[in-house]
Amino acid sequence: MPIEIPIPTVTQVIFLVMALFTAACGLMVVISRNLFHSALFLVGALFGVAAIFVLLEAEFLAVGQVLVYIGAIATLIVFAIMLTRGMMRGRTSPMNHVSGRGALGALVFFVALLAFLKKVPWPEQAQAIPVDESLIAGLGDKFVTTYVVAFEAVGLLLMVALIGAVMLARDR
Amino acid sequence: MVPLSWYLILAAFLFTCGLFGALARRNAIAVLMGIELMLNAANINLVAFWRYSGAVTDLAGQVFALFIIAVAAAEAAVGLALIIAVYRKRKTVNVEELDLLAG
Repeated sequence: MPIEIPIPTVTQVIFLVMALFTAACGLMVVISRNLFHSALFLVGALFGVAAIFVLLEAEFLAVGQVLVYIGAIATLIVFAIMLTRGMMRGRTSPMNHVSGRGALGALVFFVALLAFLKKVPWPEQAQAIPVDESLIAGLGDKFVTTYVVAFEAVGLLLMVALIGAVMLARDR
Repeated sequence: MVPLSWYLILAAFLFTCGLFGALARRNAIAVLMGIELMLNAANINLVAFWRYSGAVTDLAGQVFALFIIAVAAAEAAVGLALIIAVYRKRKTVNVEELDLLAG
């Protein structure tokens, strides 16, 4: 008796391609020997996550992800790599002396997560998004009504963190 | 339609990659990159749960994800500034050699 393989829909194929790309980039970030290559793979993984957000119909988040992560954080990381380069020359392994235990711990964690995922009956279908409502307008509305205190707190946090970063990195 | 569990498996894998990077890498910047991966995995979960929940117009998942992005930006800025400051003083960013607080 032949095993019946369900035919994936177009959305599922797109998801699988993007998920494989993201997962491969994410894996390469942590196992790549060259730190600069790691940073480039990180950009790939962040871009893949943005594509996943588009698939989940969170377009504003996808744009924010590209702007903040790829535009700012990835650039910052590349700058930091450039500024601290030269100290890893001659080293053979990018891993520290507890990397074996780290790998074991991460693997156990992953297996435990999968075992938990299998136990819960997750929904197969997403709810339809109402067409007469703009979700982005709703998002902006939520930020100044329900979540206004948290919004202001995050603004304050960002300002304090950036001033602190300048103070820390300043050449004295 | 893609089942919710597929997103959760992808997020679990990304989180595991980030966890391994944060635990096992020698370079402090690589550790920071692992943390960024973990934050992204959490974001995938939040947005996926929002999309598959009954209350799509509630938008709580998207709001949380945006807050996480903002906090991640602050964390990256302070973390990289700390790494640069440490590099200036100790001429290394190897986390094995940064044991000033070890007993």
